[in-house]
Amino acid sequence: MVEVHPREVLICTIARLLDGVRHVAVGASSPIPAAGAILLRALKEKAGAIGPRISILGSVDHNFFTNGSAELFDCAGQGRIDAFFLGGGQIDGFGNVNLVGAGDYPQSSVRWPGSFGSAYLYFVVPRVILFREEHTSRVFVEKVDFVSAPGISEDGVFRTGGPYALLTGKGLFRFDKSRPGFELESVHPGHDLAEIKAATGFRFAHGERPLQTKLPDRATLDLLRGRVLDELAGTYPEFAVQMQRELAQRGALVS
Amino acid sequence: MVLSELRAMAKHVEAGMRVALPVDYAGVSMAMTLPLIERGAGNLDLVCVPTGGLQVDQLVGAGLVRTVETSAVSLGEAGGAPRFNAAVKEGTIKLRDATCPAIHAGLMAAQKGSPFVPMRGLIGTDLLRHRDDWRVIDNPLADKGDPIVLIPAIKPDVTIFHAPMADRFGNVWIGRRRELAAMAYASITVLVTVERILEESLLNNEMSAAGVLPALYVTAVAHAPKGAWPYGLWGEYSTDTVEILRYAKAARTAEGFADYMAQMEPA
Repeated sequence: MVEVHPREVLICTIARLLDGVRHVAVGASSPIPAAGAILLRALKEKAGAIGPRISILGSVDHNFFTNGSAELFDCAGQGRIDAFFLGGGQIDGFGNVNLVGAGDYPQSSVRWPGSFGSAYLYFVVPRVILFREEHTSRVFVEKVDFVSAPGISEDGVFRTGGPYALLTGKGLFRFDKSRPGFELESVHPGHDLAEIKAATGFRFAHGERPLQTKLPDRATLDLLRGRVLDELAGTYPEFAVQMQRELAQRGALVS
Repeated sequence: MVLSELRAMAKHVEAGMRVALPVDYAGVSMAMTLPLIERGAGNLDLVCVPTGGLQVDQLVGAGLVRTVETSAVSLGEAGGAPRFNAAVKEGTIKLRDATCPAIHAGLMAAQKGSPFVPMRGLIGTDLLRHRDDWRVIDNPLADKGDPIVLIPAIKPDVTIFHAPMADRFGNVWIGRRRELAAMAYASITVLVTVERILEESLLNNEMSAAGVLPALYVTAVAHAPKGAWPYGLWGEYSTDTVEILRYAKAARTAEGFADYMAQMEPA
């Protein structure tokens, strides 16, 4: 049996969530989402198909914009960006995201950097994947202290985008706009439903015995550990080196 | 446009002015930070286009800032901006939290001489709830409903940035960092530091002319090699992450910040 690194599970899950997109944008300092997008492109190209266009903010190699930092948002507003990633200091059960701070505003007890483009992109990018490795009740709260970007909008508010899935270090959730809320789709190896319930501050739907997150096959892992990590190293050298080192320690490197 | 030096350029900045500064990777004139602190013009209203970092943190730490309009402030890989975060906690600066495209929209309105630009998104956010200058109207071109947010023009008194080159006529080459042009169009005064100054006009060559901010919009240019350091400059040099980490550690306390700033080379 092939040993799979927990981060490889995340990267491969992201590649699956992105299947079918034409253009995915990845924020600065997001090596795992970037790796997922690069993996999908490599898989498509290997199968003789055309992979997605990938914009990585702050990267020189993956920046094909020429109209300054406004162009990404203009591009999204025109419907030209199909997928994007959002993290969050807090995320609640309605898909609301808080990137500003914990406690009262404006004198937050903990201040995070700020909302960045979330208050716009969440409205106009169809497939927003919420991604946060840390899965604790500190992050996944019943109600966020500050809404940087809301998960749902009232009828009549222009909205072509929103939450599609929530991926954490423990599991994968889908967002159901009709309820609205999250449903646990699968649990990553080494974790279980009881643990996820204890670490999640909001209620979510789930089956009695949730599935395990699908693991990558050998061919996908080979691609990830070879070509994808090499390509990723151009933008995220430290992350790529760390992954290669950890894979080698686990004896998982492809010979 | 006048060719200037850094201290003389800092004199354009007066207390109470609204000052626009670019994002980390677009060309931050770090060379102007110490001259600005030495100048000591306070009560500044900063506009981060669209986010801020080291320079904003240092101006806040030096006590020169009244408000910060921004979509985020951080030191990137080096974590949170320590003096900014401390000032937020103590309530010594006023925040105007925004989202990146709203800042671009405000500059765009100023560029066009329009009072506002309407923008999608934002409805239902706490950003909108805390901004008394943003308005929601029903789209007048729709049959009914369709709320949309109006972002008022952002008209900075001063814009300050760093670029690879200018010519001796004051034309500045900004390449594809078009937000620098948007900032300049919107501002009354534009102060630019550059790596080098060319004899030949950048407008003489169509290839370079397309990436030029014309002297028409430029108040003063100063020669400042490595003027973005410790930030990098596109096409020139990369970010000195070790130095930014060193700052992040030092500036955790007000005393550490003061010591760090005191040992920086004066301009």
